[in-house]
Amino acid sequence: MFKRTALAAGLLAACAFHAQANTELTVYTALEVEQLKAYKEAFEKQNPDIEIKWVRDSTGIVTAKLLAEKERPQADAVWGLAGSSLAILKQQGMLEAYAPANLDKIGSNYRDAANPPSWVGMDVWAATICFNTVEAEKQGLPKPTKWEDLTNPVYKDKIVMPNPASSGTGYLDVSAWLQTFGEAQGWAYMDKLHANIGQYTHSGSKPCKLAAAGEFPIGISFEYPAVQLKRKGAPLDIVLPKEGLGWEIEATGIIKGTAHLAAAKKLADFSASREAMDLYKANFAVLAQPGIAERFQELPADYEQRLIKNDFNWASENRDKILAEWRKRYDGKSEPLPQ
Amino acid sequence: MDAETPVSAGSQARLNPQLKDTLASNGVIADRLFIKGGQWLLLALLLLTVVFPLAAMLWRGIAGDASQGGGMQAAITLVSSANFRWLLGNSLKVSLTVALIVVPLAYAFAYALQRTCIRAKPLWRGISLLPLLAPSMLPGIALIYLFGNQGVLRGLLSDNIYGFWGIVIGQAIYTFPHALMVLLSALALADARLFDAASSMGASPWRAFRSITWSGSRQGVFAALCLVFTLCITDFGVPVVVGGDYQVLALEAYKAVVGQQQFGRGALIGMVLLLPALLSFAVDLWLRRRQRDAMGGRAQVYHPRPSRGRDLAFLCTTALICLALLGVFGMAIYSSLVKFWPYNLSLSLDHYAFSELPGGWLAYRNSLVLAGCSALFGSLVIFTGAYLIEKTRQTALTQLLRLLSFVPMAVPGLVFGLGYVFFFNQPNNPLSGLYGTLTLLVLCTIAHFFTTAQMTAAAALRQLDGEYEAAALSLKVPLVRHFFRVTLPICLPALLDIIRYLFVSAMTTVSAAIFLYSPDSVLAAVAVLNMDDAGNVGGAAAMSTLILLTSAGVSLLLAGVSRGLLRRSQAWRQPTPGL
Repeated sequence: MFKRTALAAGLLAACAFHAQANTELTVYTALEVEQLKAYKEAFEKQNPDIEIKWVRDSTGIVTAKLLAEKERPQADAVWGLAGSSLAILKQQGMLEAYAPANLDKIGSNYRDAANPPSWVGMDVWAATICFNTVEAEKQGLPKPTKWEDLTNPVYKDKIVMPNPASSGTGYLDVSAWLQTFGEAQGWAYMDKLHANIGQYTHSGSKPCKLAAAGEFPIGISFEYPAVQLKRKGAPLDIVLPKEGLGWEIEATGIIKGTAHLAAAKKLADFSASREAMDLYKANFAVLAQPGIAERFQELPADYEQRLIKNDFNWASENRDKILAEWRKRYDGKSEPLPQ
Repeated sequence: MDAETPVSAGSQARLNPQLKDTLASNGVIADRLFIKGGQWLLLALLLLTVVFPLAAMLWRGIAGDASQGGGMQAAITLVSSANFRWLLGNSLKVSLTVALIVVPLAYAFAYALQRTCIRAKPLWRGISLLPLLAPSMLPGIALIYLFGNQGVLRGLLSDNIYGFWGIVIGQAIYTFPHALMVLLSALALADARLFDAASSMGASPWRAFRSITWSGSRQGVFAALCLVFTLCITDFGVPVVVGGDYQVLALEAYKAVVGQQQFGRGALIGMVLLLPALLSFAVDLWLRRRQRDAMGGRAQVYHPRPSRGRDLAFLCTTALICLALLGVFGMAIYSSLVKFWPYNLSLSLDHYAFSELPGGWLAYRNSLVLAGCSALFGSLVIFTGAYLIEKTRQTALTQLLRLLSFVPMAVPGLVFGLGYVFFFNQPNNPLSGLYGTLTLLVLCTIAHFFTTAQMTAAAALRQLDGEYEAAALSLKVPLVRHFFRVTLPICLPALLDIIRYLFVSAMTTVSAAIFLYSPDSVLAAVAVLNMDDAGNVGGAAAMSTLILLTSAGVSLLLAGVSRGLLRRSQAWRQPTPGL
């Protein structure tokens, strides 16, 4: 009896306390879990009357969620989602165009081209190969230097890659290969690569973590987990293939029709501000505001030059078509591909 | 004894007639309110938490929005697509293999416990319950550390563990205790006269086994096969962790609903996954009716006689199985303490340093709240419900309630979760505010594990004679008071059993919760899945170990409380044979 009344009293008290809290902003994000706390604390320090409620999942899932909720949006803003996904949302008329305070300092190719922009970039993340040196030596594997090298039959079942349908990292890889090699050659390349893939993961950082643990010697991932794991002492070599690195912008946008428009605008302002750039600086080597980023020891000095020329409009317009083709070819076919 | 009509007694004649009438009518009204009101409330609850979600899922699948993969056209396309047939084939292959591996092993184990004279039976029984105390992902995680590419025993495998064999071994470990429980009760009681007759007719032990033991436990074996098959085909905890690229239907339902927001497609797959459960449930009922009563009124309980060779053989088998289980779970616990597998094997508690974010300690606290609420509220609701069905006048309503209370047993957790998504996530449903809250998760958990708990309660209540109610009525005690002051305390062992069952099930369940959680109501088992998905396998092992230790701790605590309470309040009870 006592337990029940205590529980009921506790629940009522929690509800009452919650009712008098500040503006609660529901923010959808695909940021890495380890980054969420620092970003939230920095924003709330500057805006004590706003509280962020994160809804975090991988890029593909967040995008699907937002699109499914198109008629009744649950999110107020998006802080940290792939630019190609935000471009799809803009095309569906789901974003509120707003020019944040610091917009003139943001690089012109790191934001939505329209004026005012529907989304503004934060930082860039690019494809990176995590190569486990200890395992490679044990299994006698040569170190790859180009994307083409990965089709070498010696790597059979030794490569892990994110699934482009659920992971933004996976999609930027596929989009980059199709843009770099051309459509026909791109699919031919992926056919050969598929024979060497041991597993497709759902998260973009998992391949690097698997490579760090030696579970699979080669992981196609992006630079943030590679650098973090290398700093923790994992036997990783960070390989940046010669043909060029696919990349994606992490960006922020306001959902149209949000009940907390003023608070969401403050979030957009913060995301593009100098303070936020200083936060992103610790995690990413290329930022949307040029001139602030610091060189990472683990990455070469010409890192930004290795990024390919990326056509985001093409990537977002063709996303559904590319993913459908990818699923048809590689997502669990019963018969092996004709050789 | 009719509990509804008050006893009219001549002893009341001395009372003021008006007072007598008031007392009598008050008593009648109170009892009527308790019984009828309680029954209708129970019906409403069952409809809301079991029937309507299932109906919502069926509707979404067949008549649903074509853009989300629903509707008859989509159903036909889905069933005829090669991808679907491949997924179905995979699911069937895995489930059949697991059933064929687990049931013989469980039979041997059950036979060793019930029909031989091996030593340390409580120890083997206890170890065999280990997989019940952890979510189904834990065997999968342990398998990665044992047989994965950096696994300790990697050399024993020619190919890697990810794929068909990983799923099979993981699910075999997960479903072993379930099969064991069914077979233990199937082999529990035997008639000693049959065995005496067999030996006096010169039959060999093998012949006696075939004619007596096997034919008596056949129905139990079939029930165990169906149970394991259904558990495997609807489980996705193991395939997610260790399946690699081997896709199964349960995983596809999850990807369709959570990954792609294709609710119609998810509903159709849910309907397909409901079929094996319904089928096996129906056949099981039919077989049960055909099964001759094994223990007649004049049967003598069979006590096995020691036999060196047989006992040694079964002891070895049992010990080997227990060793395998201990090895797997020990590996999982060890791996949660290793700093950085496999390059830094020093022990540390790093993986247990969960943050305050949704996937960390918040998830564990939510799980504790969920398990506690489900156990306490659920056991009270279920026990009261069982009382209202068993101990009152049998009407059409009680028959309907009895029928409805069997439905949750036939519905897998995954289908429950899907049904709740489709029912409670509708914008025009007044209850849609509950979606994503811990309250809904509590309701879903109680509904999911309703049947077994209700059957335990009903069995305990049936042991009580109707004379208790008669005594209460003749003393003019309202039925409600009688229920709480007399019936509940007498049935305390069963009640504690139900509390333990609901608590452990709520801590380890993931199939329904994975569709119904929000960042505020994330659960520990869901956090395990998310951490493994993100590559944090050490953290996943740590959280699974926490769940394991919590379930084990609470089970032991409740067992201790039960023992103490029984000694004090149930000393009048005589032990029943065979238990």
